[in-house]
Amino acid sequence: MASVTLRNVQKRYGALNVLSAVDLAIADGEFIVLVGPSGCGKSTLLRMIAGLEDISAGEIRIGERLVNDVAPKDRDIAMVFQSYALYPHMDVAANMGFSLALRKAARQTIAERVAGAAGRLGLEALLARLPRQLSGGQRQRVAMGRAIVRDPQVFLFDEPLSNLDAKLRVHMRAEIKALHQSLKTTAIYVTHDQIEAMTMADRIVVMHDGVVQQVGAPLDLYDRPANAFVAGFIGSPAMNFLPARVWRAGDEAAVVLADGGTLAIDAALPVRDGDLVTLGVRPEHPRIAASGALAGEVAVVEPLGLSTQLYATLAGQQVCSLAMGRVAAAPGEPIRLTAEPGDLHLFQRETGQRIG
Amino acid sequence: MIAGRSRAKRRLAAAGLYAAVGLYVAFALFPLFWTFKISVTPQSLLYGEGITVWPSAATLDNYARVLRATDFPRYFLNSVVVSVTTAAIVTLVASAAGYSLSRFRFRGKAAVAFLLLLTQTFPLVMVIPPIYRLMGEIGLTNSLTGLIVIYTAFNVAFATFLMQSYFDGIPKDLEEAAMIDGCTRVEALRRVIVPLTLPGMGATLGFVFTAAWSELLFALMLINSENQKTFAVGLLTFIGKFAVDWGQMMAASVLALVPACLFFAFLQRYLVTGLTAGAVKG
Amino acid sequence: MTSLSSQMAEAASRSGSGGRRRALLAALEPWAYLSPALVLIATVLLVPLLFGIGYSFRKFSAFRSEFVGLGQYEAMLHDPILGQALVNTLWWTAGSLFFQFFLGLGLALLLDRDFVGRRLVQAIVFLPWAVPTFLSGLTWAWLFNPIIGPLPHWLSALGLKAEPTNILADPATAMWGPIIANVWFGIPFFAITLLAALKSIPSELYEAAAIDGANPWQRFTRVTLPFLAPTIAITVMLRTIWIATFADLIYVMTEGGPAGSTNTVATYIYVSAFKSLDKGYASAVAVLLLALLILYAVVLIRMRRLFARDA
Ligand SMILES: Nc1ncnc2c1ncn2[C@@H]1O[C@H](COP(=O)(O)OP(=O)(O)OP(=O)(O)O)[C@@H](O)[C@H]1O
Ligand SMILES: [Mg+2]
Repeated sequence: MASVTLRNVQKRYGALNVLSAVDLAIADGEFIVLVGPSGCGKSTLLRMIAGLEDISAGEIRIGERLVNDVAPKDRDIAMVFQSYALYPHMDVAANMGFSLALRKAARQTIAERVAGAAGRLGLEALLARLPRQLSGGQRQRVAMGRAIVRDPQVFLFDEPLSNLDAKLRVHMRAEIKALHQSLKTTAIYVTHDQIEAMTMADRIVVMHDGVVQQVGAPLDLYDRPANAFVAGFIGSPAMNFLPARVWRAGDEAAVVLADGGTLAIDAALPVRDGDLVTLGVRPEHPRIAASGALAGEVAVVEPLGLSTQLYATLAGQQVCSLAMGRVAAAPGEPIRLTAEPGDLHLFQRETGQRIG
Repeated sequence: MIAGRSRAKRRLAAAGLYAAVGLYVAFALFPLFWTFKISVTPQSLLYGEGITVWPSAATLDNYARVLRATDFPRYFLNSVVVSVTTAAIVTLVASAAGYSLSRFRFRGKAAVAFLLLLTQTFPLVMVIPPIYRLMGEIGLTNSLTGLIVIYTAFNVAFATFLMQSYFDGIPKDLEEAAMIDGCTRVEALRRVIVPLTLPGMGATLGFVFTAAWSELLFALMLINSENQKTFAVGLLTFIGKFAVDWGQMMAASVLALVPACLFFAFLQRYLVTGLTAGAVKG
Repeated sequence: MTSLSSQMAEAASRSGSGGRRRALLAALEPWAYLSPALVLIATVLLVPLLFGIGYSFRKFSAFRSEFVGLGQYEAMLHDPILGQALVNTLWWTAGSLFFQFFLGLGLALLLDRDFVGRRLVQAIVFLPWAVPTFLSGLTWAWLFNPIIGPLPHWLSALGLKAEPTNILADPATAMWGPIIANVWFGIPFFAITLLAALKSIPSELYEAAAIDGANPWQRFTRVTLPFLAPTIAITVMLRTIWIATFADLIYVMTEGGPAGSTNTVATYIYVSAFKSLDKGYASAVAVLLLALLILYAVVLIRMRRLFARDA
């Protein structure tokens, strides 16, 4: 087990800048999730930590050791690939024991460690099978088993669950988390699924266009997103964004929407009268109230049983509101909404940076 | 299939299909059958029954004489040496080159691929006059080594494309997984990639063997000493000298067909995929 | 202080040069794997090719050679054998290609269907491809021989020939011999490539066409042919070049005879390089052949572009 430290890590393909100056300190035993939209550089970063990709600049340390020039095989890491990358010509036991065999471990030791990992993952009955004789879920387990047998310093996962069906994915998510809790090995996990990120991570690293946007515990990211990108990316259904202008008089402050609707905001925020901002509201926060300051029209009502998802047109924008239980509303009806000042997020219109 | 045709029509279509297939099969087999037939026809019956479908008596005398009284066993051996060596070297060289084209991105790769493609298409007769002279100057005429060098160069481009397509079929992840598991690149090759490309290498070996086994013109040009002749050259000079010993010639031909047919049986599976991958080869 | 900073500088330069060395090695690695193939091709194909072009400006005799400029090319203008060989090459190529292609296409279409024994049939009909060319040539030469071959007798029984004589011995018909052998030998190549292309046509396309009311012929011309067109274009082009330069069969069956009636440019180059002392003339003819083939390829590619733009 070891910490992983990235300092000013960059990646360029010719003139193309894929990763710019990533700084990240991952503590020993931590479960870190890298998340971001497709093409943002998550896999590239992970593969640089694995040593599969050269580092254009900066340094990567595993524990105290600088590994920039260390071959993948000497980094003492294990990786689970999205495609699982099981060796087609070896049976499950040989796949799992391959790394130990390469290290010239005694046959006895290999058998014991493989049996141990197989027991943990429920693979005992499959040890003599070839990968092509396994289901997708079983292959995924074998790939996990191969990583566990190593007892490495760091686990690397590159979207390991994305080839499974939804139900199995939820199940494996819990299983990986449980595994991590018992093994306590540092893990770096790449996904583009923010629910996976929220449920599994000790800390989440949100990336966009090769730049780290924010690093933090899942609920911190949810409650205090550093910018509009993180706010929009984390959370499902996604946060509503509305363009607005600040109104300020004395120790009162509010935002005015395009249609003139007004919402009070925390007066302590560093904003001035006339500032252009983007107002962010998570769907669970708008409340339907006859006296609400925002007037709109119901567009779609989606009853989900436990809750109801309602879309309203407000100041020319679609706004999603999530309410527990049933809501008596029909498309076309007028509706009034309101929200508490403490639940509003404000971002600078130009930069997207969080104001409060 | 698509339904909606009447039964009688379908019967007719099936009959037509089988008739056409039958014609193709007959056309493909007839010349080979005829060679075989003449090879088992006794010398005495040849002129009387040369053109009947099957002679009234069959014999293996012609084979016995070819094996005992002629140089054909020696030619056969020479051809085996040349073809096997060529096939082995080409497969090795082409595996390395194919691996490089499949696994690396580097400047000049497109140019290399184009060069290889070019050698596939330009007429080999172009190099006949210079090779004849150059080989003479470096003393490689009349030697099997000279032939092996030439055949290797002629086949390497095609085999490289073939091997590249087999390597392309193996996900890069496997190699990377092996390198993380503790392999160097070379070890990953030996323990993971090579075992998975063995069928591909077998196919390449077979294609090149067949090509080398069939080559005539360069062998004819470069070899004239009796004990270095390949089978093709031996058979052709035999015809020049003993033009009327049909039985023996055909017996020798049937023997020359055997290795080619054996390899063919093995290659069958790879024909359709292999040839499309390698694109263009006689 | 100084020692510390110099140490740091040293460490920095060490890691810097180490990185550069690693980068250099990484850049060389693909070339290392390619080098045996490239060296072979360069020394055995490209260098001789250049030498060949050089030879075409020289005249060779027993022990010496001299530079004659375009003399060899001029000599070609007055060479009646070459003129005939050019015409023969045209016939040989066009005739072989026509039958190889259409019979190969027919075979591919048959093999694309399912019928009892398809695998065995496929193995048998592809067999001629595996037969060494010299054996194909000899076998067919024997079949045309009236003493041991049945073909002359069948031809005369059918009334196509007055006497059961060898067509290879008659200048008027001799070219048919190598062409037939070439067709026999070349059908599998077209069948294999076209079959692979046919197999890649999604069956939904046929089903959709059938639902749209296309009859089998329309399905063939509207779905199959357009799908095969790129494969056909490239294989026909490459095959033309290949056949035009393919000398083995003719050399084995007729050596270009009788009376030069089967002499193609390729056999002519071979025979003159081999038998006459003047490699210069053979090389000049080879350069001519190369030029003609490049011209052919360029014209064909241009035509395809024009065609594609119209479509
Ligand atoms: N070899 C390469 N040459 C040039 N660009 C590359 C190369 N490999 C990756 N890229 C680019 O780098 C960027 C990051 O790729 P990366 O694979 O890390 O994305 P990702 O975040 O893992 O996306 P996904 O979720 O789709 O897997 C992409 O824009 C990609 O196009
Ligand atoms: Mg990725």
